[in-house]
Amino acid sequence: MADFLLELLSEEIPARMQSKARNDLARIVAECTAEAGLQTGVIDAFSTPRRLVLIVRDVAAASEGSREELKGPRTSAPASAVEGFLRKTGLQREQLEDRDGVYFAVVERTGRDARDILADTITRIVTNFPWSKSMRWGVGSLRWVRPLHGIVAMLGEDLVPVEIEGISSGAATVGHRFHHPGPITIGSAADYLEKLRACHVIVDQEEREQLIRQGSSALAAAAGLTLLDDEALVVENAGLTEWPVPILGTFDPEFLDVPREVIVLTMRTNQKYFACTNDEGLLAPSFVSIANVAAQDGGEAIAHGNSRVLAARLSDARFFWEQDVKIPLEEAAKKLSQIIFHEKLGTIADKVERVAKLARFLVQRGIIEADIDEVERAARLAKADLVTGMVGEFPELQGIIGGYIAAAQGEPRAIADAIREQYKPAGQGDEVPTAPVSIAIALADKLDTLVGFFQVGEKPTGSKDPFALRRAALGILQIIIANELRVSMRELITAAAHPRGADAGREIAGFLIERLKVQQRDSGIRHDMIDAVVAVEKDGDNVRMVRRVEALQKFIDTEDGGNLLTAYKRAANILKKEKWTGPAVMSSRAEQGIPQTGEEDPLVLVEEPGLKEAVAEMASGQAGADLPAEKALITALDHAEPLASAAVDAEDFTAAMAALASLRGPIDTFFDEVTVNDTDAQKRERRLNLLLRFRDAVNRVADFSRIEA
Amino acid sequence: MHPPKRAEATYAGRFVLSLSFQDLILTLHHYWSRQGCVILQPYDMQVGAGTFHPATVLRALGPDSWRAAYVQPCRRPTDGRYGENPNRLGHYYQYQVVLKPSPDSLQELYLGSLEEIGIDPLKHDIRFVEDDWESPTLGAWGLGWEVWCDGMEVTQFTYFQQVGGFECRPVTGELTYGLERLAMYIQGVENVFDLRFNDVGVTYRDIFLENEREGSEYNFEVANTDRLFEAFRDAVAECELCIERRLPIPAYEQAIAASHVFNMLQARGVISVTERQAYIGRVRDLAKAACGAWLERAA
Repeated sequence: MADFLLELLSEEIPARMQSKARNDLARIVAECTAEAGLQTGVIDAFSTPRRLVLIVRDVAAASEGSREELKGPRTSAPASAVEGFLRKTGLQREQLEDRDGVYFAVVERTGRDARDILADTITRIVTNFPWSKSMRWGVGSLRWVRPLHGIVAMLGEDLVPVEIEGISSGAATVGHRFHHPGPITIGSAADYLEKLRACHVIVDQEEREQLIRQGSSALAAAAGLTLLDDEALVVENAGLTEWPVPILGTFDPEFLDVPREVIVLTMRTNQKYFACTNDEGLLAPSFVSIANVAAQDGGEAIAHGNSRVLAARLSDARFFWEQDVKIPLEEAAKKLSQIIFHEKLGTIADKVERVAKLARFLVQRGIIEADIDEVERAARLAKADLVTGMVGEFPELQGIIGGYIAAAQGEPRAIADAIREQYKPAGQGDEVPTAPVSIAIALADKLDTLVGFFQVGEKPTGSKDPFALRRAALGILQIIIANELRVSMRELITAAAHPRGADAGREIAGFLIERLKVQQRDSGIRHDMIDAVVAVEKDGDNVRMVRRVEALQKFIDTEDGGNLLTAYKRAANILKKEKWTGPAVMSSRAEQGIPQTGEEDPLVLVEEPGLKEAVAEMASGQAGADLPAEKALITALDHAEPLASAAVDAEDFTAAMAALASLRGPIDTFFDEVTVNDTDAQKRERRLNLLLRFRDAVNRVADFSRIEA
Repeated sequence: MHPPKRAEATYAGRFVLSLSFQDLILTLHHYWSRQGCVILQPYDMQVGAGTFHPATVLRALGPDSWRAAYVQPCRRPTDGRYGENPNRLGHYYQYQVVLKPSPDSLQELYLGSLEEIGIDPLKHDIRFVEDDWESPTLGAWGLGWEVWCDGMEVTQFTYFQQVGGFECRPVTGELTYGLERLAMYIQGVENVFDLRFNDVGVTYRDIFLENEREGSEYNFEVANTDRLFEAFRDAVAECELCIERRLPIPAYEQAIAASHVFNMLQARGVISVTERQAYIGRVRDLAKAACGAWLERAA
């Protein structure tokens, strides 16, 4: 047993690619060693801007030998089949065994030295790494993310020799580019991390992230400020540095009249600086940058340089801002007719029209209580910032800039807020608008986008979702649920549909249900619970649906719920096995495809006066019940059914579940004491009908057949 | 020959070594000359970037080794600001270095050039930040970085993968220094026009402010667009003629000419968003054809 160390030294790896590269590296090594039958312990992967590093603990000295028997084609099979089998096994025909007319291949592998296996693994990594973008350099044809310079590969204290396109493995690497550019000789995995640290390289990205997090916060705190947390920026800076050193810098407070988001984004996107706030939570004219060097002057020159660059950036930003705020949003909005939203969905101006109409509808229909004039104006101004210089520079500030300009131009706060919040929520966890005008605009905008793109056939496929329709759908659901908007999805989709567009209502509804599952999964709701509820909630009132789903899952998680589900499955299985769809009258309706929600009166269709009573008895399953357990179940159903129905109508789903819970005891006893398949045909039929009634009663609350056991 | 002496100036409250604009160029010339580069003079055509010089584009194609360094004046009509913006110019200089095949020590060589012009990497924060390069008009792309010095982009560093739609084998390493920015940084000035051009009192303002004013006015307001459209058509026709006659270098020059005319038309605001793509595609086709002819002739 020895530890394996692999370091792939290259020129700077883009920060955004490092996390995936670490995972890929660990995965490939795990796959290769597993395929070769080489036992290993824990695999750790690290990255710095210049290296990908892997440490595999407790690698066996050699792989275990193996013997594998593979069954092949019949000896009489066509030659091509036999050849295929030979290719697959890597054997010659005379090595195959003929066992009763069938070829068998016995593939025996002797144990291989771990170093040989690891050398092959390294070759596979270097020649076949799944970089999203890779390149050639010099005269070679090897591809890597940037030029690859060295391979350190040690098993224990022994070199794992490998040579790939002129790059030979060795024990030497280099330290920090400036602090320690000379060679370092590595003894083994045991001294690697510490030797590198001594040469100003912290190999473990998590340690660098921690240094950045703590160092930056401490630096800000020492200046009486609070660092604006930005985890993505922490990770990015850790991917840009081998020896991260936070440095505090300042900028001219005059720039603070530029919108805060613009300053923060300028610092973040262009400079990768952290922003700071003062004790009142306002943006402070300070920043923290992360240098990759412990500068001899304590970072004074770096801080000064960083400040200068930022000042140039901020004066550009301020120039745009001052220009933008001069032009009334109404004026700017006129240019929207020149910007194409989508070739089949018209210009942005067309979209503005549709959103305004839809937002008005939401108010007129009473779904949202808001001032209709404010809603109309907010909708008309909402997209105007798309033609501003500021949004041209920072597209991610769309809406935010519009909000600032609206406020600066004296629009009412509700309108400025609605413009600012129109793209919210931008995903799970983002703030959901709650002000009425904001809700109307944010919901109408997303509905128009979702419905419009579906109507022109631009649906998301696989990982491709160029118009962010998943996000739009999720946003719609979040807005509806968080604000308890009582409306059927069908009505909303119809209202948003383009009259001349294709009919995509059913598809959109299905898409929304899928999104609901994803959204609810994050709060721990199982997708099968949603299916169970969707089956009985036809109009797609999301608020109702979610309440019902939550109550259902809570119930299923209780002992009563779990047992009731088991009993339900048992009943459903028996009914299925017996192909029992109910008494003659009922089954004919089922065959006609009329959904048996149980709410229709089965007697409506019965014309014959004399038969009415008999059918009623038969349908209830009560006629001639002779065992106590049967009678008890009937009584329980008589009691629970109306309770459950009333509770469902009143949207008290907890009460509906409680009503179902009361069935658990009687149904369990029924199964314990009653034989359904009695030899007496009448008894059998009666009991099957009773099970049917039980199943339907449960289904009225939720379709339990969709719930996974 | 000896490298020019550095003048001293105050920077961040202390004395540092600081090169004038022309000494910056001369220092880079000496440095890259020592690395075996041919020190070329600027190409005598209007281009938007140092990359357009045939010493980069055409020499990046084919199997032959090549090392060159040169200053290239660049014209970006849309970036002109009438001399009123301290950071933007419609005409400026790039220092361009190409090394083919790219040596393993390219980063070290580059960092050596920074030290040579007075940037101490243990005092400043030098970083290689991902920035992939693409030139739609040249049908070229490569991977590399923008090099940051204390948060400022001072150089574009690229390993060419394709030029004119053809694979680069071997690969050329390209370094493009933004000379004005670098000089502003070294000299510690906030306005490009305040740059010391030499050490005897001539500033960038003295030489170029009037150029920027007149250039901006011409590019944005005066240039006759009918004649520009005509010039574009002429360049296209000349390029096609040269390709027909198997003259790749003149053909390439006409592609460059078309590209500059296109930039002028852009500045005049007479090309719509949809047309823009078509024009870029037209120039790319010319550049590709010239590159193809160059490769054929070399083969």
